[in-house]
Amino acid sequence: MLRLYAESSKCSGCRACLVACSLNLFKENNPKKAALVIHAEFPTPGVFKVSVCTQCGECAAVCPTGAIKKNAKGAYYVDYAECNLCEACVPVCPENVMFVRTGLADTAWKCDLCGDCIAVCGTDVLSIGEIQATA
Amino acid sequence: MNGYGGQILRVNLSTGKISKEPTPPELARDFLGGRGFGAYFLYREVPKGADPLGPENKLIISSGPLSGLMIPGAGKCDFACKSPLTGGYAGASLGGMFTAEIKYAGLDSIILEGISPKLVYLFIDDDKIELRDAASLWGKGTFAVEKELKEQLGEEFQIACIGPGGENGVAYAHINHDYGRQAGRGGVGTVMGAKKLKAIAIRGTKPIPVADLNAYRQAGMALYDACKKSELLKPWINLGTTMVTSWCDEVGALPTRNFSAGSFEGGKTLYGPYMRQKIVITDKGCFGCPSPCGKYSRMKRYGTNVEGPEYETIGMIGSNLGIPEIEDVAQINLLCDDWGIDTISAGGTIAWAMECYERGIFTKQDTDGLDLRFGNVEAVLELVPRIARREGVGALLAQGVRRAAKQVGRGSEKFAIEVKGMEQSAYATHSATAMLLAYMTADVGAHHNRAWAITYDLQVGRELVNADKVARVIWLQHIRPMFDTLGACRLQWVELNIDLELYPPALEAITGIKRTWKDLELISERIWNLTRMYWVREQPGFGRAWDMPPPRFYTDPPKTGATAGKITSLDDVNKLLDLYYEQRGWDSNGLPKPETLERLGLTQLVAQ
Repeated sequence: MLRLYAESSKCSGCRACLVACSLNLFKENNPKKAALVIHAEFPTPGVFKVSVCTQCGECAAVCPTGAIKKNAKGAYYVDYAECNLCEACVPVCPENVMFVRTGLADTAWKCDLCGDCIAVCGTDVLSIGEIQATA
Repeated sequence: MNGYGGQILRVNLSTGKISKEPTPPELARDFLGGRGFGAYFLYREVPKGADPLGPENKLIISSGPLSGLMIPGAGKCDFACKSPLTGGYAGASLGGMFTAEIKYAGLDSIILEGISPKLVYLFIDDDKIELRDAASLWGKGTFAVEKELKEQLGEEFQIACIGPGGENGVAYAHINHDYGRQAGRGGVGTVMGAKKLKAIAIRGTKPIPVADLNAYRQAGMALYDACKKSELLKPWINLGTTMVTSWCDEVGALPTRNFSAGSFEGGKTLYGPYMRQKIVITDKGCFGCPSPCGKYSRMKRYGTNVEGPEYETIGMIGSNLGIPEIEDVAQINLLCDDWGIDTISAGGTIAWAMECYERGIFTKQDTDGLDLRFGNVEAVLELVPRIARREGVGALLAQGVRRAAKQVGRGSEKFAIEVKGMEQSAYATHSATAMLLAYMTADVGAHHNRAWAITYDLQVGRELVNADKVARVIWLQHIRPMFDTLGACRLQWVELNIDLELYPPALEAITGIKRTWKDLELISERIWNLTRMYWVREQPGFGRAWDMPPPRFYTDPPKTGATAGKITSLDDVNKLLDLYYEQRGWDSNGLPKPETLERLGLTQLVAQ
């Protein structure tokens, strides 16, 4: 099983990943519709923190319509046609990277592990790797 | 319109009227965006002879067709107005996240008109646009204002605001954004303050339309790929603009003690690697940037944080003030940012005051008791807030170096290092003729970003004066400002050396209009001539004398350092201008010829 990893200390907060993500998920230039989050903690302590999907599957487990499915990469994705916007998936996400914003899209969305964020990141923050077993 | 927000927002602060109009397609065709839009609206809408601080002046804030898109460094925003520092064209570039948000709000330019009867900030949340009370923000520093507005409105809002310097009419007040990015030069923050506008808070959630989505994604990815494959990427990210500090010191281009020399004996504790190791904690990039030059620093000695210092600040606040320690420079940088004044102009003006003091033109009585010797950190830390408050000697220095020198007289004009009234930025040009010409002819005054020709000088012969060198400066003056027109950063090209030809396919996929670099250069030339005509219109008798460099560079050779004894002759200065005017299609006094204006399609616009 693969997932996205983020090394926050390398992040410069540029948001190229967010635009690439929205282009993949929605074919739109709109970083407000991305599936990862950069928290800019300024002026103090002066660091960026990146939240990404760990593919834990909690969202899929609670989805009443079965809209959160697995793709060919083994990653959970939202089948937009089947989402009923109930928002059950949002509070269960441990990383807060499960999104419903009804003003922006008629569906929930999440990371589908496309990897475009990695392609545009100049500081090598992001990578896809095997999910490590936690103790 | 593909690649554009599609609307121009107009806010009349006098009446409170807020309106939108569609972005004219012919404006996009002829002036493209960003700096082009700024120059166009300024020329067309601000009446001749307008008081820079009066209601007739406008502050025009423009994104470009690449802004906010998946293009490296697509985070450049242009701020244009009539400059309160120079009385001519002001065009300042802001990095960070602001320009992207303008596009996501469905806008291309924000035109601020009039003067508000009360203290306000402008709130933009997509189509909800309001002037809101800012009485409680007035008087506060830029960091406190940004923090307060973000806490109140949410982290998704991007904030641009002025500090006390802009409120109080310091002629070189800046606009601060993202805790450390500035529209720095020419007093754009002064104009915002005169309008009684403390801040702009903006959030947009709309997508930006593009003509060919697949071609755009491919072209955008190709640009990022080229950046990531550049072997210059890692060293650049490590040091950012401070990469050049040691080089400038070695070749005699590091401004030292009011540009009296180009090498600084205390330079090593200003160098990039020293700074990285001593104070940098985080790399901080502008929107979409794969090669962040921003360095976020912690000054343990002061218990403070700042974004920077960038090379320009290190040159102007460090060596140019005789200050050798990077942590001190960073702290002064922080004060300038927070109090809302441009570090370059502040450094240039304070350096002049220090030279006056050391030469005995100023006594302690003139400086309100401050011991303004070169290298006195405490005095500079005291002085910055006094400038921002326009208190005592601070009021003199708040005017900028040209006016201050004129007021003081006694020969001090000779070492006011400025062109057109703008303090020269951080390249010493005693012996670097292309860079000297770049400063002489830059359209805002002595600023480096229009043509960074110093490396070319060293490459082909620093004292050389010939047509090729002049042609190189003109070419740079077209290519580099084109990035400010497109709304993206030039540094991926300049510093990572990626192929310029990667941009036209991206622009075509985004806008649906095919343009080659030749086409883009023509647009740049049009804008360059329009800003020139703005000076001609606003300054009676404008001409060659306005392009003369500070006398120091042709009369006063450095006594120490790599350029000791070297200088550019007045004959060579004039030869540079002769060649430059000829190649530009300007007359011998530096005014664009009618046929040049005609070729660029400007005849009608400048006749208005």
